[in-house]
Amino acid sequence: MSAKGGTAIRLVGCAKTFTNGTRALERTALELKGGEIIVFLGPSGCGKTTLLRVIAGLESPDPGGRIFFDDEDVTELPIERRNVGMVFQSYALFPNMNVEENIAYGLKVHGATPQHRAKRVEEMLQMMQIGELRLRRVTELSGGQRQRVALARAIAAQPRVLLLDEPLTALDALLRERLRIEIDVLLHSLGITAAYVTHDQGEAMAIGDRIAVINRGTIVQTGTPREIYYHPASSFVADFVGTMNRVNGTLRDGSLELPGGRIPWTQGGTGAVQALFRPNDARIVTEAEAQLRGVVEQQFFLGDRTRLHVSGIADGLVVVETSEHREFRVGQSVGLRIEPGALLNLRD
Amino acid sequence: MARTRYFYLQLAFTLLACLFLIVPVLMSVIAGLTVNFFQGVSSGLTLRWIGVVWDLYAETIFRSLYIAFAALSVTLLIGVPAAYVLAKRPGVVTRLIEEALVLPVAIPGLATALALILTYGGFRDFRTSWVFILVGHVLYTLPFMVRSVLAVLSSFNFRVLEESAASLGAGFWRRFFGIIVPNVRSGIVAGALTVVTLSIGEFNLTWMLHTPETMTLPVGLADSYASMRLEIGSAYTLVFFVMITPLLIALQRYGLQRVTTRGPA
Repeated sequence: MSAKGGTAIRLVGCAKTFTNGTRALERTALELKGGEIIVFLGPSGCGKTTLLRVIAGLESPDPGGRIFFDDEDVTELPIERRNVGMVFQSYALFPNMNVEENIAYGLKVHGATPQHRAKRVEEMLQMMQIGELRLRRVTELSGGQRQRVALARAIAAQPRVLLLDEPLTALDALLRERLRIEIDVLLHSLGITAAYVTHDQGEAMAIGDRIAVINRGTIVQTGTPREIYYHPASSFVADFVGTMNRVNGTLRDGSLELPGGRIPWTQGGTGAVQALFRPNDARIVTEAEAQLRGVVEQQFFLGDRTRLHVSGIADGLVVVETSEHREFRVGQSVGLRIEPGALLNLRD
Repeated sequence: MARTRYFYLQLAFTLLACLFLIVPVLMSVIAGLTVNFFQGVSSGLTLRWIGVVWDLYAETIFRSLYIAFAALSVTLLIGVPAAYVLAKRPGVVTRLIEEALVLPVAIPGLATALALILTYGGFRDFRTSWVFILVGHVLYTLPFMVRSVLAVLSSFNFRVLEESAASLGAGFWRRFFGIIVPNVRSGIVAGALTVVTLSIGEFNLTWMLHTPETMTLPVGLADSYASMRLEIGSAYTLVFFVMITPLLIALQRYGLQRVTTRGPA
């Protein structure tokens, strides 16, 4: 059983080639501190689930790859002896058992005494707020309830590591948002090392201490959600995580010249360049303060913020987001200001 | 909506079709219970013929029963794991095996029996024991067990259930008996009922495979039809009905339609 503080995970040279020749995962090295929550984020088919399954022991890495839980080499251990908890997108609850029996399954397999089992099941039911469902058949539960049971079942036997494979994908938006917060609170309160697979960047931002962005079987960047968002290492990451504006301009005398005006440029270089910035990094300012001037083409009121599509700044439309309460008119001219630090220049 | 003329026409046709099928059954039952069938029911009703059948053929009844349950045991032991393997490793080879399994159903029983006799007829003790018939019955009924379990297995994602059980620490056997088997129970029940029903009624293969010492109920029936008076043959048929009807009802109740409707979510 796990010690509080969580198990560190270390992957060394782990690749995965399937028998049909598909290379799902390139040689990967990854370290997780005890208690850390990492999110594997990437488009479908990128290898994020394969990576999770390699850690779980459901797939063995190609020869040469090694997986360590703390200092123990678990590469050769089958999943049933790795003591991991898993949560699946399809819940994978046992239809032949009721809620209570599902949660107790891992404890039973590990040979817990009936008293300990009952106590632990009770704790789980309380923690996940599903006490009233204890005797229900799992086929009678809603999606959200099923996922709560699946989580309870996964953590009941106190695994060393918790692995979640797109646990919220099958749920509707509102429920997803709520369970996302619950899972975040739960994981941090348990202090368990966890890896969480998703293709949803919003989910990744909210849950991960760290995000590993994966593309074509390779981890292309790892970092805190902030690092990934504000300092993407490649244009793939920039485009995959959040909305990014791309503008083509010319560098001259320490400024980036765009059709709508010029902004200071501190990263050196001359000639044609493509610069990127986030919609919320372009501030709407008064005519006097403006570096760039454009015309509102469309506005979308999103409740907490307003999104504008502005023309005249660059060759295409630029997306700008503001939390100001004022209303914009289509055709209205706006002035923008972008801090030099918010401009990115990515080559690939 | 008022019932139209067509409704009554259809009802009449359905009833007629039912009568066409049921009357011979009733005739046969009555024949087994009348003192003299040619004189009609007026000659009186009797259980005498049943008694005669019991004296002459009781052994064939018991033999049919234990061969059926032996066939059931073997098909459970082989069929359920076979279905699991076939479902777990879909591919050309497993597909071929699945097709090969069904062959004894497609090929006339006589031909299968002949092949068995040609191959194993030389082993005298084996040839003359009831186990020889059992082999034939297993060949014939196994695909029904396999297919029935396979149908349920392919109706839900059993792999992910196994994976989640494994992540909770369960080894192979624990997963197989604790997760897979309970969740394909409906397929096993349907398969089991089919196997027992088919085995008890099997004539084709058994007729070729039996010896005078290993006669089964359906072979005994043929024997009685050929050599006994009509009332005895009919009484014997009645005994067969009594044995097979509960099985057929159970098959309707727990059998095939459950396979398609039930499947773990």
